[in-house]
Amino acid sequence: MKALFLPILLFSATSSLAQQATPAPSAGSADQGGLSVTVTDDSAWRDLGIDIPAFPTDSDKPTTANVGGSAALGANVGGATALGANVGGATAAGATAGGTAALGRAIAEVITADLKNNGLFKPIGPESLPPVPFDQAAAPDFGIWRARGAEMLVHGAVVGGADGQLNVGCGLYDVALKQQLVRTSLIISPADWRRAAHKCADTIYARLSGESPFFDSRIAYIAETGPKDHRMKRLAIMDSDGANHRFITTGQAMALTPRYSPDYRSIVYLSYLDNQPRIYIYDIDANHQRLLTATHSPTFAPRWSPDGKWILFSKAQAGNTDIFRIPVAGGSATQLTDTPGINIGGSYSPDGRHIVFESDRSGSQQVYVMDADGTSQRRISFFGGRAATPEWSPRGDLIAFTHIAGNLRVAVMTPEGAGMRYLTDSWQDEAPTWAPNGRIVQFFRTDKGTGHTALWQVDLTGRHERRLPTPVDASDPSWGPVRP
Amino acid sequence: MATTSPGDVNRARHTSSALILTIACAALSACAGHAPRILPPEPGPAVSTSTNTSGMTETHGPVPGSQGDFQATLMGHDVIYFDTDKYNISSEDSSALQSQAQWLMRYPAKHATLEGHSDERGTRDYNLALGERRANAAKVYLQSLGIDGARLTTISYGKERPVALGSNEEAWAKNRRAVTVVVN
Repeated sequence: MKALFLPILLFSATSSLAQQATPAPSAGSADQGGLSVTVTDDSAWRDLGIDIPAFPTDSDKPTTANVGGSAALGANVGGATALGANVGGATAAGATAGGTAALGRAIAEVITADLKNNGLFKPIGPESLPPVPFDQAAAPDFGIWRARGAEMLVHGAVVGGADGQLNVGCGLYDVALKQQLVRTSLIISPADWRRAAHKCADTIYARLSGESPFFDSRIAYIAETGPKDHRMKRLAIMDSDGANHRFITTGQAMALTPRYSPDYRSIVYLSYLDNQPRIYIYDIDANHQRLLTATHSPTFAPRWSPDGKWILFSKAQAGNTDIFRIPVAGGSATQLTDTPGINIGGSYSPDGRHIVFESDRSGSQQVYVMDADGTSQRRISFFGGRAATPEWSPRGDLIAFTHIAGNLRVAVMTPEGAGMRYLTDSWQDEAPTWAPNGRIVQFFRTDKGTGHTALWQVDLTGRHERRLPTPVDASDPSWGPVRP
Repeated sequence: MATTSPGDVNRARHTSSALILTIACAALSACAGHAPRILPPEPGPAVSTSTNTSGMTETHGPVPGSQGDFQATLMGHDVIYFDTDKYNISSEDSSALQSQAQWLMRYPAKHATLEGHSDERGTRDYNLALGERRANAAKVYLQSLGIDGARLTTISYGKERPVALGSNEEAWAKNRRAVTVVVN
């Protein structure tokens, strides 16, 4: 049936779209760069139709890739339902032996999910699109895609090398202009095939939005299970789309507030090991952790400096809590705050020169900024209610925080404390952290009554909000940087 | 008498009503803003630290000097409660702490852990610090009653270990607490 109707649709669609499609909406915003993009009116490129057919291969070679990995993951963690929404696509690909043909389809599906799930674009994935012959992978037959009504087209290919490595290339095309907008290629080991897809999605996203990429990144968070009064809280990590999930700690000791190091080699977090809440640095590859600072006082709220050389932490002593800075390698800690009350948290500006933090020295939790050496402390939040958990955007332009006035809501303001606006409106949203490109904020939401927690993401318009799939309840999300 | 900290400014209304009620509470057993005073000892599983109640048996009663004995003697006064965002010791709290101190005087070899908790309506980091502040307030008060500080350790669980599971004022009042647990 579809085949019969296609030729008719083809002609009527072609003429009307050809007129509408000039100029490509992407070109303007991308060329002007991300800095000029206003966050409240960037919907033009969001509605862009992008066709992403399966990436063909020159010959279907077996690889060591575990394309069914997402299905296996679901089975492992017993959370197939939650994950299915996001990564189940690869399963539907009928990915069998992880051959290059199956990988080509799975990669197109991951790219589609990346671009769609963040509410950024309206891509159409390989399940609804015709296959692409290998000889068209770098030279699209624009007529076909124009007839389908696509404005943008992604073509790519997967080629298995003799050394077992994969060569994955992908390009973004403006269908009406018959023009390649951007292209990238990557040689990767088959196990990293999802990274190839994320890199491609990053390239497309960056070209169309003018923003920096963020898909090829990882997230550390706290996985929560069990009843509200006996929650088990474990450190866990996963890719930015929820794939490659791994629990790090067993749950014997409660884990809280993780932060990935800028080089992804370690995670700093709070553990109740030995029944003392203290900060540890966990080395991911070595599967080993060490105490950040030898003290019997509780330490919490750890944060990395942007260069990865320092860690900010808060220490409670005799009812007061103050912020300290310590070299990652160890050594003596420098006390940065000394006012009576609770001074806690802290997040470096991207240039490392300033620190935004939280203090109740005025009587309630408010947000303050100081120089990195602790001088020039000044309050910046003056809009009523309480303001907590400030996090400086990696772009430097905004500070995300939790605003408490009855409900807890995620909000942003400038580093001067101006332009406060809410991004979320729910019963309890807290602990915002930034995507590496500073355009998406991640936080956790707690359900009233049940205490169930989940990770959510919202863009800076506040309009595109989505739940990040995790195998179990989840809190304290922390995004690492884009991987090199 | 309830004391007001510099941090109480924006809660002035709440505090003043608490002060008035404190007077009434001297005669009455319960008052608004606080969880009921006459609470049975918490059942074992609901206590955040896995406390040892094995000292209590039907035939013999709790072993003197044990956590079970402490809970049976204190009859709910092993827990003190706080107003929202507060850590000051109210008059009710001080009478509970006096009972705790009496017990600790009787068993001078025993140590105790003071657990500080908050309700769920706040951010995680801050509540950890607030719980520590509450546990510390209880510790300082017990020290002022003559208990050696070396016998007392504090730990904060922030909002991570509620005993009342609802999301309402009544549950939150029960969760804003400091619990004294006897250890070896």
